[in-house]
Amino acid sequence: MDKMPKWADVILIPLISVILALLVSGLVVIFIGESPIEAMQIMIRGAFGNAYGWGYTLFYTTNFIFTGLAVAVAFHAKMFNIGGEGQAALGGLGVAIICLTIPWPHWSVALLAAVIGSAVFGAAWAAIPAYLQAKRGSHIVITTIMFNFIASALLVYLLVNVFRVPGSMAPETARFPEAVHLPNASQFAGFLGFRPSTPLNVSFFVAILACVFVWLLIWRTRLGYEIRAFGHSETAAVYAGIHPVKIVMVSMLISGGLAGMMAINGVMGEAERLVIDNVQGAGFVGIAVALMGRSHPVGVFLAALLFGALYQGGAELEFEMPAVSREMIVVIQALVILFTGALDNMVRMPMEAFFLARHRRQEAAAAAAAPNPKPDAAHTGAPAAQREE
Amino acid sequence: MDFLTILQILDSTVRLATPLLLACLAGLFSERSGIFDIGLEGKMLAAAFASAAIAFVTGSAWAGLAAGIGASMILALLHGVASITFRGNQLISGVAINFLAAGLSVVIAQTAFRQGGRTPALTGDARFTEITLPFADAVADVPVIGPIYANLISGHSILVYVALLIVPLTWWVLFRTRFGLRLRAVGENPAAVDTAGISVVGLRYAAVLICGVLCGIAGAYLATSLSAGFVKDMSAGRGFIALAALIFSKWRPWYALMACLLFGLLDAVGNRYQNIQLGDFVIPVQFMQALPYILTVIILAGFVGRAIPPRAGGEPYVKER
Repeated sequence: MDKMPKWADVILIPLISVILALLVSGLVVIFIGESPIEAMQIMIRGAFGNAYGWGYTLFYTTNFIFTGLAVAVAFHAKMFNIGGEGQAALGGLGVAIICLTIPWPHWSVALLAAVIGSAVFGAAWAAIPAYLQAKRGSHIVITTIMFNFIASALLVYLLVNVFRVPGSMAPETARFPEAVHLPNASQFAGFLGFRPSTPLNVSFFVAILACVFVWLLIWRTRLGYEIRAFGHSETAAVYAGIHPVKIVMVSMLISGGLAGMMAINGVMGEAERLVIDNVQGAGFVGIAVALMGRSHPVGVFLAALLFGALYQGGAELEFEMPAVSREMIVVIQALVILFTGALDNMVRMPMEAFFLARHRRQEAAAAAAAPNPKPDAAHTGAPAAQREE
Repeated sequence: MDFLTILQILDSTVRLATPLLLACLAGLFSERSGIFDIGLEGKMLAAAFASAAIAFVTGSAWAGLAAGIGASMILALLHGVASITFRGNQLISGVAINFLAAGLSVVIAQTAFRQGGRTPALTGDARFTEITLPFADAVADVPVIGPIYANLISGHSILVYVALLIVPLTWWVLFRTRFGLRLRAVGENPAAVDTAGISVVGLRYAAVLICGVLCGIAGAYLATSLSAGFVKDMSAGRGFIALAALIFSKWRPWYALMACLLFGLLDAVGNRYQNIQLGDFVIPVQFMQALPYILTVIILAGFVGRAIPPRAGGEPYVKER
């Protein structure tokens, strides 16, 4: 059954895919006449070289952890939630309503309420596509795409007509009160050199908690087991008494909730108001992050860190190499999705062949090393070889 | 609302529906063969950039069109390799293609033209100009029919007429030729087609490449006809509206024309009127923009006429050993 050792599946294949994606990105940089090595150095320095870079890198990482986990949870139930963008936008609406309507005494209470509010709004936006998938069989990918566009129109309408500050032209809500201001990295980690302007805030820790939560949920609970079973084989899961409608609904609600929670970082932690297009593509980055991280929280965290570094490093790159547009990040993102997602088999097939051949060689060598095999040794060897077929 | 206003709205409906129609028919070929394609948007965008860039360099809209089709076909081939040869996830491949086009078009445009990721404005022969059909000027003064012929039917770019001709052509190819029968069969039951000794892989590649050609024309139309040059993200979700129209039309060519005209009309009305007053009730422009998507979700939900996709759609075909 297992053609490859587990470490090859979990680490080696994603690594090779990402290296391929980066190599092709390097070719693009060469094509536009710049040095990929130099570009890489600028990006790494920009992302990790100082506290300013780290602040933005980890700020983006926080966003991508939430959206990556959202896609990952849906992947476990074999659903492709492409609607993170819309769910996160609605999460922002939830955060804005909570921060603007209730006079919170302290940021910690407000944060808790905002986490719940954003998750509820994000989950609500995922609920309709989930219901249509579960009950009516409408393809979740198409409906979530449609819901992204509907969310964007809805948010523009609300910001222009409902939440806009009277007398202001800008389609955005009023600034949130000072009481709900989340401590940023200069307040809780100022000794590391973070400036008061850094966007990194306590939401980062909420994101890490979300990773732990998803790990517990998927691998340590009955519900998680049911989600994974459903994802592996719907018919087998149904035969085992797992209710498909429940699994589709619950996993999509969790997925939408996680995507919505992204808003506490950007809307509550950084902008402190709801603006148009507050998600800025993070919902889509989540797809790349989940694919690269193999839908495992640890993988999602590492992939989110890589993409956080790409986004921050890419901003520096555009600054220092004007010939390279910021859209280079989008190209790298596309190539990561392509190689780790769509072209997975291109890497996997030769790797499987390689490990299978190596295994056979080892067995042949083991058989040759024993010149006069005892009957019982040959007896135990034969079934093992059969199993490999 | 007078007669002339209605004519103007219908005129811009035709213009706005054309790229939707081409992309929708592109998706029709692909999805009828069992290959889901959410990368219509990306292929259109890549074609828009390539056609604008080449049309600017050569000064010929036709060279631009060829370049647009070429760029779109490269991405279509990539989709084919990922989803047919390597049996990858077709939806993920489509997402990757959308991002690849969105990123590469701006990166290359910035390198080549240094104008912040756009191409210089196209003028003269680098654009497909409006062609006047015979007698359009002569009959313009005839009441009712004259203005309809002169303003609505005449006076579009040649690509508009090409798009309209592709509708019957698609119908004929899909429902009246052997190739079309096989194409539809491979989207419903590839194993049966394989058993009959016909190449599933070959048919699907053919469908995906036809999809590339049509998306290429759609993109070239955007950049060299509807506007004059490429700007970042100029496809602006049209690939997804086309996808919505495809579902709305239940994967049928003539209905696709109707759906695209409907969505084009919504777009045209939304462009012309910011808010529509109906008695005391105001319909906001954002609602008009969201309407194609809302309608598609309703259709998908199956409450009003159920949309059933080709049965083998989205599933890679594995030959039995």
